[in-house]
Amino acid sequence: MAARVACSLRSEPYKRYLIQFAHDLLDFRLQEIKSIISLLGCQASLRNTDLNNGSPFMEVALTSEEDAKAIMHRTVLSKSMYELWAEGSSISEVNMKLKQLPKGFTEPYTQENSSFRIMVDTFNKKISSSEKIKRIELLTDTESMFKGKIKLSSPEHSFHLLEFYKFDSAPSTEPEKVYFGRWISDGHRSVIKEFHLQTRHFIANTSMDACLSLVMANLAQVKESDLVLDPFVGSGGLLVSSAHYGAYVLGTDIDYMLLHAKARPSRAKQTTRAIDESVRSNLRQYGLESKYIDVLVADASQNHMWREGWRFDAIITDPPYGIREAAAKIACKETADVPTTEGEPHYPQRTQYQLGDIFRDLLNFAAKYLCLGGRLVYWLPIYKPDYSESCIPKHPCMSLESNCEQPLSQHISRRLITMVKIREFQELSDWDEASTKVNSVNSFRNNYFKSMQAVGVLNSDSVLRSEPLTSKQEGL
Amino acid sequence: MKLLTHNMLTSNIIKGVTKGFPLKIVPVQVEIKDVDYNPAFVVRTLSKVDWPALHQAAVETGFGDGLPETLGENFQQDEELLKKIHNALLQVEVIQGELVCPESGRKFPITNGIPNMLLQEHEVGQ
Repeated sequence: MAARVACSLRSEPYKRYLIQFAHDLLDFRLQEIKSIISLLGCQASLRNTDLNNGSPFMEVALTSEEDAKAIMHRTVLSKSMYELWAEGSSISEVNMKLKQLPKGFTEPYTQENSSFRIMVDTFNKKISSSEKIKRIELLTDTESMFKGKIKLSSPEHSFHLLEFYKFDSAPSTEPEKVYFGRWISDGHRSVIKEFHLQTRHFIANTSMDACLSLVMANLAQVKESDLVLDPFVGSGGLLVSSAHYGAYVLGTDIDYMLLHAKARPSRAKQTTRAIDESVRSNLRQYGLESKYIDVLVADASQNHMWREGWRFDAIITDPPYGIREAAAKIACKETADVPTTEGEPHYPQRTQYQLGDIFRDLLNFAAKYLCLGGRLVYWLPIYKPDYSESCIPKHPCMSLESNCEQPLSQHISRRLITMVKIREFQELSDWDEASTKVNSVNSFRNNYFKSMQAVGVLNSDSVLRSEPLTSKQEGL
Repeated sequence: MKLLTHNMLTSNIIKGVTKGFPLKIVPVQVEIKDVDYNPAFVVRTLSKVDWPALHQAAVETGFGDGLPETLGENFQQDEELLKKIHNALLQVEVIQGELVCPESGRKFPITNGIPNMLLQEHEVGQ
């Protein structure tokens, strides 16, 4: 069934386009595109069932080529967009449909004085270049509509024959689907490499992968002149991607040593951190220092630090789960054992910040301090055997927009949750009623270590240590 | 710490404090950092800014010149004023100094431009 993403009273005719997704973060691709389309306010209709059998191709109806280009300019999970000329289950069917296209549609791109090329791309099956040439010859036979000159590098018009094969232990012999389209634009995947962590000045133990942090900014619909907060900022990777899309950025972290470049280094072979290893220098590295507002040493559980009535346009964060980074907040008096030594600096005692509490506080914070329509995007760790949709924390002011899974191991995954603020916050008399299931998140840490012990990754001693663990637990 | 950040911060996290805004700034070192001028952001931000608090912060850090005590209605057309506000909001930075809770006098240190808003255990409310 086609999903109508945005519509308006202005009814311009739809044109058919085809998106070719990258084979990366499969569960996130559709949500990213939907989010970008709604951010740009494009009229669009997506045929998302196209993706069901593992195909990277999805047909989409748009009203203009400008919209198609604008979408591609923003996406990091799509490879290319084409104007769809024909589709079918075989090349001969596609060829036949091409010949039936009205001349007014094809001629602007196929005239004698223009240059063109035809590229053949197959998914799930490799074919030889002689087979590719055979296909091209079939499409450019004597009665062919392509009258222009063939030019392989930078032609005026680039056409693509795209074939998708089903894969059950081996590729099927016949294609499941064949498309022919005129190339419009490539996605903006080059920015992933530009922001790669390997070349990032300042990283911490759990710095977010560049591609995922861009996807997070897209799901949060970050735009020019927004104000974005990360309450668990770490080395500021999420702020870099938000600033890239034009937002002004702000972060808090409880880790004084990290924000002041005094924490233990996260890179192998590095013994001390450079004095300028900071969130600010990360933004400076990409020419985004003007988007830097501040970082603060603060306890994210203390919502009252922010002035009532202040509003952020988006909150994007990767809370600590207590696996590779300790989840901490400042203990309160009743439970803290305060050593008092006159004249010495006192470091307040931290207590473990229960996962359920983290997410409850985060949703509460977003409900208060997001602008209406603003988005909260965060990672939720999941012990798969316990997971059901009801595990996702709920808040009466926040509506669930999307929920994408990134598998990490057999039992563990994390889900990227996007929520939209739909009404202003009123103090709730009974929070427990609003979010009964938040408590099930609390058992994640125990289940995580149990499952690690079961596969022999950890012995029981390491459960107790507070050091960051090995790269086996990538991403947590 | 920029004065924009100061405009968002309170000390209401301290047990018993309810009027922790605006925090008083005691500057030791203040710098002007170049930030690209973006009037769209300044105008958008002003709709949320507590003007008296911004004015007070600018005076406390020594950059209050030319900022009116109350913000008139037609500030959006006043390019010169917008640039001054841009300077106060985004370019003035307290590098070393203190933020002081107006109710309890509790001090929050600012070092290397980063405020430390962490409390001691006995100060944390529930």
